[in-house]
Amino acid sequence: MNNMEIAIISGKGGTGKSSISAAFATLNGEVLLADCDVDAANLYLLFNPSHEEEEVFIAGEKAFIDYSLCTNCGICVDYCRFGAISFINEKVSISEILCDGCRLCSRICPENAINMVPNDKSMMYSGSFRNGKMVYGRLSPGEENSGKLVNMVREKAKEIAKENNLETIILDGPPGIGCPVISTITGVDKVVIVTEPTISGLHDMQRTVEIVKKFSLPAFVIINKYDLNSDMSDQIEDWCRQNKITIAGRLPFNKQVVEAMVMGKSIIEFAPDNEISKNITIIWDKITKQKK
Amino acid sequence: MMKIAIASGKGGTGKTFVATNLFHALYKNNYRTKLVDCDAEAPNSIAFFKTKLIKESDVTQLVPVIKTDNCTFCGQCHEYCNYNAIFILPPMKIIKVIEDLCHGCGACSVACKFGAISEKPVSLGKVASYSLKNKPLLLEAKMNIGVMSPVTVIKAAISQIDNQSDIVILDAPPGTSCPFIQTVASADFVILVTEPTPFGLSDLKQSVETLRKINKPTGVIINRAGLGNNQVREYLLREEIPLLLEIPFKKEIAASYSRGEIMSETDSFFAQQLLSVVENINEQYGNSNNKW
Ligand code: SF4
Ligand code: SF4
Ligand code: SF4
Ligand code: SF4
Repeated sequence: MNNMEIAIISGKGGTGKSSISAAFATLNGEVLLADCDVDAANLYLLFNPSHEEEEVFIAGEKAFIDYSLCTNCGICVDYCRFGAISFINEKVSISEILCDGCRLCSRICPENAINMVPNDKSMMYSGSFRNGKMVYGRLSPGEENSGKLVNMVREKAKEIAKENNLETIILDGPPGIGCPVISTITGVDKVVIVTEPTISGLHDMQRTVEIVKKFSLPAFVIINKYDLNSDMSDQIEDWCRQNKITIAGRLPFNKQVVEAMVMGKSIIEFAPDNEISKNITIIWDKITKQKK
Repeated sequence: MMKIAIASGKGGTGKTFVATNLFHALYKNNYRTKLVDCDAEAPNSIAFFKTKLIKESDVTQLVPVIKTDNCTFCGQCHEYCNYNAIFILPPMKIIKVIEDLCHGCGACSVACKFGAISEKPVSLGKVASYSLKNKPLLLEAKMNIGVMSPVTVIKAAISQIDNQSDIVILDAPPGTSCPFIQTVASADFVILVTEPTPFGLSDLKQSVETLRKINKPTGVIINRAGLGNNQVREYLLREEIPLLLEIPFKKEIAASYSRGEIMSETDSFFAQQLLSVVENINEQYGNSNNKW
């Protein structure tokens, strides 16, 4: 059986991307829902998945000085390109914040006084929720390599989807255009870009589309809260048309989306007869039925 | 000089709304202020003002160039690279730098004993400086599309802040990972903007924990107050985190923001509220050895 992987992303956060992902995940049939926004995983709040498995994710390393060996020679200071090593009160010290974990200092220290300690506070969880299976990652604060954690989440997602015969994999992506976004969309079947009718919404969407085009992926745009600024929504649609991006649909602003979230539900579960729920169903059909 | 970072666990809570309005209120009231957009993956603050681009500087990183004539395929550089950015197949005499993975740490150059490695700069993004009424008051970090991490560009923007201002507003990147930490690390105080929803609370908690780890004084602005529930307020009380301001939810605010308008320009009450927030912060946390 072939999976269909659909990534939901948005150039910036707060466009309602996660609420839309949650709605898609509860439309019909069981799905595999993967929260790839590892920096701010949120969907578990709505779906309370069981924790059937967890795995530690090592997000690089940080250098620490063993002061019982260090002679304060200062050689390492000059080698570090990240400005992480300096003399503080005449003593060599490494800033945990600035250290990039390249290991160079540890390699060149003549006294072998620098140890590398793995960042092992990030986790990946998987389990069941009321409409299928769920995988999500939580990156520990301050850490990088979130792209790698996203890859790990996606691999796990595929594995579980296969075991459980789940055809559809929904990936709720991170904001931005950096490494974790690229990891989220690489090799997926379809990309859904959620935007809102603001100047920044338009800018960010344009940057996101550029990324998606680099990977030659079929992209669909959803304009969320379109009625906040209909002119801007038109402008976004025009731009999409000129750039041959399919508009999957528009959704109005509606307080019920927030109320649903407060109740721990998706809008589909909370208000199935609401205009938004109906629209989301139509949008989903449009996205999934279009041939690759 | 006092640096205040405006951040939010997830994007779209109104971080840029607060940052731009705060800057505008300070500017209108003759404070010596500056706005630095550190959200290098999706910088949007500048568009709210009638600015002129005055200077743009390229931000680069060094990546190795391997001269295969000198290379003995000893593999030492591959061994030294902690980011798997050097691919080597000695029997086939193949060696390649994967520039996307390279962090420019310089370890491979140190490793090579055969003079086969030199370095070249590659562009990561830009720092642009803009003027408002002929004064250079805005800086913007902008990462190139396809670059993996915005951190270097953010650091470059922060390093360009001169001491011509008393209050610098940093619009921080969303999330709590590396780019966020690099931005807030340079700030004297962090204002977290959140919304009173379960998603907002979950992200807020993560941001607060992160900022506590690095001992940053923090306060919270609740945006779109009235939507959602009371859990954020209860959390702030319990954790003794100052609630600096509540901005009520109004559809008109969202609509005016979407048109690119600055609310504090027409709403003097709001401008005054923002000013007192800053004044209170400055009284309590102003950089004592750098009083303004
Ligand atoms: S190179 Fe080693 S011994 Fe010298 S200052 Fe650095 S840690 Fe200490
Ligand atoms: S590991 Fe690399 S970045 Fe960290 S302190 Fe050492 S040289 Fe600097
Ligand atoms: S500069 Fe550092 S990261 Fe880049 S290839 Fe060399 S060792 Fe690897
Ligand atoms: S260390 Fe130098 S000689 Fe050895 S494989 Fe690398 S580039 Fe070639």
